[in-house]
Amino acid sequence: MATYTLMRGTVGLLNGLKCSFKNVGQIPYGAVAQSKLLRGARCYSSSHLSVQERIEKKRAAALAGGGLQRITAQHKRGKLTARERVELLLDADSFVEFDMFVEHRCSDFGMEADHNKYPGDSVVTGQGRINGRLVYVFSQDFTVFGGSLSGAHAQKICKIMDQAMLVGAPVIGLNDSGGARIQEGVESLAGYADIFLRNVMASGVVPQISLIMGPCAGGAVYSPALTDFTFMVKATDADVLQDTSYLFITGPDVVKSVTNEDVTQEELGGAKTHTAVSGVAHRAFENDIDALLNLRDFFNFLPLSNKDPAPVIECHDPRDRLVPGLDTIVPFESTKAYDMLDIVQGIADEREFFEIMPNYAKNIVVGFARMNGRTVGIVGNQPKVASGCLDINSSVKGARFVRFCDAFNIPIITFVDVPGFLPGTAQEYGGIIRHGAKLLYAFAEATVPKITVITRKAYGGAYDVMSSKHLRGDVNYAWPTAEVAVMGAKGAVQIIFRGKENQAEAEAEYVEKFANPFPAAVRGFVDDIIQPSTTRKRICRDLEVLASKKQSNPWKKHANIPL
Amino acid sequence: LGLVWYRDTFQYLVHGIALIGREGNTPQNASVTSKKRDVLVSAAPTVMALYRRSAAFQSVFHAVKHVCLKQNCAVRICSYSTVIDQNEKTFDKILIANRGEIACRVIKTCKKMGIKTVAVHSDADASAVHVKMADEAVCVGPALTSKSYLNMDAIMDAIKLTGAQAVHPGYGFLSENKEFARRLALEKVTFIGPDTHAIQAMGDKIESKLIAKAAKVNTIPGFDGVVKDPEEAVKIAGEIGYPVMIKASAGGGGKGMRIAWNDEETREGFRFSSQEAASSFGDDRLLIEKFIDNPRHIEIQVLADKHGNALWLNERECSIQRRNQKVVEEAPSTYLDPETRRAMGEQAVSLAKAVKYSSAGTVEFLVDSQKNFYFLEMNTRLQASGGDVELEEFVEKPVERDEERGDVCSSRFFEDQSSCRVLDHLKGSDRTCRKASEKSIALHCRISIHPSVRPSVHPSIHPSNVEHPITECITGLDLVQQMIRIAKGYKLLHQQTDIPINGWAIESRVYAEDPYKSFGLPSIGRLSQYQEPLDLVNVSALVSVRVDSGIQEGSDISIYYDPMISKLVTYGKSREEALKKMEEALDNYVIRGVTHNISLLREIIVHPRFVSGDISTKFLPEVYPDGFKGHILTAGEKRELLAAAAALHTAAQLRSQRFLGDLRVSSVPVESRVLELCVELDKDVHILAISHSGNKFTVEIDGEKVEVSGEWNLASALLPVTINGQDRTLQCLLRTASGDITLQYLGTSFKLRVLSKLAASLSKHMPEKLPEDTSSILRSPMPGSVVAVAVKAGDTVAEGQEICVIEAMKMQNSMTAAKTAKVKSVHCKAGDTVGEGDLLVELE
Repeated sequence: MATYTLMRGTVGLLNGLKCSFKNVGQIPYGAVAQSKLLRGARCYSSSHLSVQERIEKKRAAALAGGGLQRITAQHKRGKLTARERVELLLDADSFVEFDMFVEHRCSDFGMEADHNKYPGDSVVTGQGRINGRLVYVFSQDFTVFGGSLSGAHAQKICKIMDQAMLVGAPVIGLNDSGGARIQEGVESLAGYADIFLRNVMASGVVPQISLIMGPCAGGAVYSPALTDFTFMVKATDADVLQDTSYLFITGPDVVKSVTNEDVTQEELGGAKTHTAVSGVAHRAFENDIDALLNLRDFFNFLPLSNKDPAPVIECHDPRDRLVPGLDTIVPFESTKAYDMLDIVQGIADEREFFEIMPNYAKNIVVGFARMNGRTVGIVGNQPKVASGCLDINSSVKGARFVRFCDAFNIPIITFVDVPGFLPGTAQEYGGIIRHGAKLLYAFAEATVPKITVITRKAYGGAYDVMSSKHLRGDVNYAWPTAEVAVMGAKGAVQIIFRGKENQAEAEAEYVEKFANPFPAAVRGFVDDIIQPSTTRKRICRDLEVLASKKQSNPWKKHANIPL
Repeated sequence: LGLVWYRDTFQYLVHGIALIGREGNTPQNASVTSKKRDVLVSAAPTVMALYRRSAAFQSVFHAVKHVCLKQNCAVRICSYSTVIDQNEKTFDKILIANRGEIACRVIKTCKKMGIKTVAVHSDADASAVHVKMADEAVCVGPALTSKSYLNMDAIMDAIKLTGAQAVHPGYGFLSENKEFARRLALEKVTFIGPDTHAIQAMGDKIESKLIAKAAKVNTIPGFDGVVKDPEEAVKIAGEIGYPVMIKASAGGGGKGMRIAWNDEETREGFRFSSQEAASSFGDDRLLIEKFIDNPRHIEIQVLADKHGNALWLNERECSIQRRNQKVVEEAPSTYLDPETRRAMGEQAVSLAKAVKYSSAGTVEFLVDSQKNFYFLEMNTRLQASGGDVELEEFVEKPVERDEERGDVCSSRFFEDQSSCRVLDHLKGSDRTCRKASEKSIALHCRISIHPSVRPSVHPSIHPSNVEHPITECITGLDLVQQMIRIAKGYKLLHQQTDIPINGWAIESRVYAEDPYKSFGLPSIGRLSQYQEPLDLVNVSALVSVRVDSGIQEGSDISIYYDPMISKLVTYGKSREEALKKMEEALDNYVIRGVTHNISLLREIIVHPRFVSGDISTKFLPEVYPDGFKGHILTAGEKRELLAAAAALHTAAQLRSQRFLGDLRVSSVPVESRVLELCVELDKDVHILAISHSGNKFTVEIDGEKVEVSGEWNLASALLPVTINGQDRTLQCLLRTASGDITLQYLGTSFKLRVLSKLAASLSKHMPEKLPEDTSSILRSPMPGSVVAVAVKAGDTVAEGQEICVIEAMKMQNSMTAAKTAKVKSVHCKAGDTVGEGDLLVELE
């Protein structure tokens, strides 16, 4: 089945090859060559009659993409065409297309033939507006050579990326491509590299978003991997029961031949794999329409570039709204879990929270919300999963998100309930030291407004990591339920009073001394102990104050985050 | 001169009481000037003192009280005409041995009376509202009620620890526990409730019936004992009068119950029942009783002191029930005429006097279509007991209860009838369930009955409460205050003639349950948003809303306790006013995080049969024979709903373009453009054109224009809009970026999807989500705990075979196989706690 789909996936490519071989075969016959020449001449003369006519013809061809048959096939797969996607993503009538007349320049394998040339080639590029805000878009067209990347295709993408950088506007890529244009050989590879370079150059300058809406395999995966956010579509293909989008370096066949593993395309690189297991994708949506509408919604959270402030949208939620539910959310027993999302939704404008990577490393919650209309990034330990401890995956997930916020002027609000780093050989061998350092690094490096609320546990090194006062936290609050200590009472007492009697008594003493916010508060490590229900009010007020915060790190070529 | 002074004082007193009753609310009565208020302050103590001394004054006082009552009850319904006399010493400190709404209710009155309160709570309730309201709180154990609220030792300790002088038991839990009353008496702590002998007398069904007969209370004619042959049965039936109900005395529930309408059926019923009596129970006795068709359940509130005085405080109509739990109550009843009311009231009082009852109590009657009424039972607390709570208690000590109830038999009539009803309607819902999910999960509900405790499940026992807001509303009495006074030994302040029926009050019991499943299967969760409809604008000052609840935003509704959220009461001059207000209150009640029964409540109160007063205890199964399906939209309502959804969607879209202070946003003129939208509702797609100016949207659907205007506050849980000139309150339960909108409209929530024309035209290409093959997957229909799993992987099960049993809120639900198949995997084991929708068992 996998083979079948792979074949079907590259049907455009194969068709192209078939055509070119047919031509190659025909060349020896003089008569045929002559008639071709004549036909070419006829075309030339007729088109010579009217440039206008030719323009219209080319435009029509560009709009038709790979033709009706392939469009129908695309629809049958539950996928929209490149143009339909662009139209849905952008405000009505706002799309301004570039390079509609660009054609590929390949002359091998008969690719130079007229019928193998598609105006615009296998990608639609341009700029437009989402809710009135500028965005650059490219949308790969699977109906043209399976969306394969030619030199021209890459050049078109590079062009809009360059302009996006110049004017400072985000780039959204709608990926649906079978891979490199094999006929073009190294030119195609060069095209990839050109895009990668621009991805890197644009990183931290304008937000870059990839939406994987079809296949994306081989070297092509590195472009989405370099962008800030990668989303996928999980719509099940009605015929073969698999996701419409997938990402992998090598497909199931190669995997089988190299490692002898039997794996389906979906298991290897489907939406579920990447959103829950590998952490490559940040979120998956039901189908094309759902994904594009959600992307519009998501776009509203992002600033246009690193020179623009986080957007502020008209807000109907009172900034001083009290959230009485928060007063009772932290259970009395410190071992009992609660849902950090309840806190996040409670304080956010209109309970709206766009969670990033909701199914990966669930012991940390990250995502975007608004406070009094302004976009904020939220990081919170999730006590519901693995007690909210920090492990390799959650550290990396948190670090990447914090760095995005810092790069794009988005204030960071951190909710802390962390019992520490996860112990064990799996973690140590996996390099928790190195990976945990990333989160520490990201918080320490960030110069955007940083507000921290300790809701319950803030133990050990994890306390330091989670945007503590010591890492230049601007406002650090503790709820009355906060416990800032080196470790939990039981463990601490076992060390302090090793081998002594009256452990229970000592434990009680430890709890009395340390299992409360006072040790941190008396030293000024938290600025205030606040009533949980007032958290929203406080944060809104602080954000207003911190809006003019200016802070910069020492000059450096670039920092050296422990990768 | 004296006379003049007296008259003046009289006047001031009128206003004064109104003022006190309003608890410092700004008086709305324009005639009360501040000067008068000053005078009042100085006059009131004098008057009060005088009033206590002078018997003559007392009668004047009563007259005064009822003059002011009307104003008073109207302003805020929770103010009472009864004036709390701070000098009348009752108790210093009361412990409330209960939780939730009733504990809060008792604490409120205690606060007014200047009594300190002690709350008890389980671990799970540590941050509950009643704990916060009370002056002191003591933890009495873990979440399980048997270890906390029923834990007498811990509660006795709490009493000693806090020095409480009296205990208010609320309802359910320990309220009818003789042992508890005895232990309190030993410690010289007052039990705020009836005396032990009254509990005993009324607790025993046989004895209560005998006492009732002796007190000349109408009882259901019947015979209980050994019936020799069919002819004797026919003779007995003839004496009673057809129709009659025949069953084995020992059988519980509806088991083996036969209804006979003639001699032939009686003979058949005799054969069947005697056979069963002998074989199943080894007890030959049969019960033959008059069968009451289409009965109404009407109860009389009584109030009796320790000096032999008793009053009846009118009736409550409680016929709208499901699984023997009241859903909607009202006072007064539309059915009773003054004569019947008086007759019932007098019988209730004579019964109370016969058992030397003190405190507040409820006498339950069944009323037939000829307005004949029959005594059902007297609840020794204020109202019928919490059946479910009791049950748990019994399960804890089955033996003891068995002995206590012994051979309970005589008036178990209603029990059977209603169990039968329960079974019937559950069968109905079963059908629905099957239809809906295409034979997916066959859900059988059964009342959890431990074999040895069967007698304890007595359907005439209704989970209920110590105080009855609706009775309080129409009489102006604070029942909790009266109970406390009576417990202290004071005489009743009122005469029977002082008890008015002022206006009309309706109570809706708001539960955390899913009304679409058997009229209500429990739901649990955290109340992420909760807003009581208390700040409704009152068209008339005489209409008001009262909410008695024990929860707040952020509270958890857990599997351990009753899923009641609140008692929502509306009061008006007339029934129409009260009903209208109830509609409004239900529409404005914000409950998020748990499933609730607002949709069912709202359908009941607008149902023509309910509005006309044509109800019986069979109302729900008769009106919704295939189970409750939510509101059925008329064409006009559908248009309103579609228009509201389209307008909300457009308002949100427009808002998402309004960036503040961002100069890089291109301004696209959006005003006055006509947008075409497609709105999907119940798989039907409607194309509509929408245009707007300001906050007003004009939507054209199928050639009809609908105008929708409102504030469009997208942060608010409530969505007050004006649709074609009519004010409606909708609630937006969900609004996603992909166009999904869930609106609560007329109580029921409707799922819609609003898409632009482009998106809608493209959505045909989107792959259909393959529905899960539900026939081979068994999911938990509700949160609860797994009692038993009857299969293991590899077993072959037949269609309809029981796979496992889930217990939730004291209800056991048998989960059966929808097809004959092999069990692929089992994902639960006995003792597990499961959530709604959790996978239990997979079949191959």
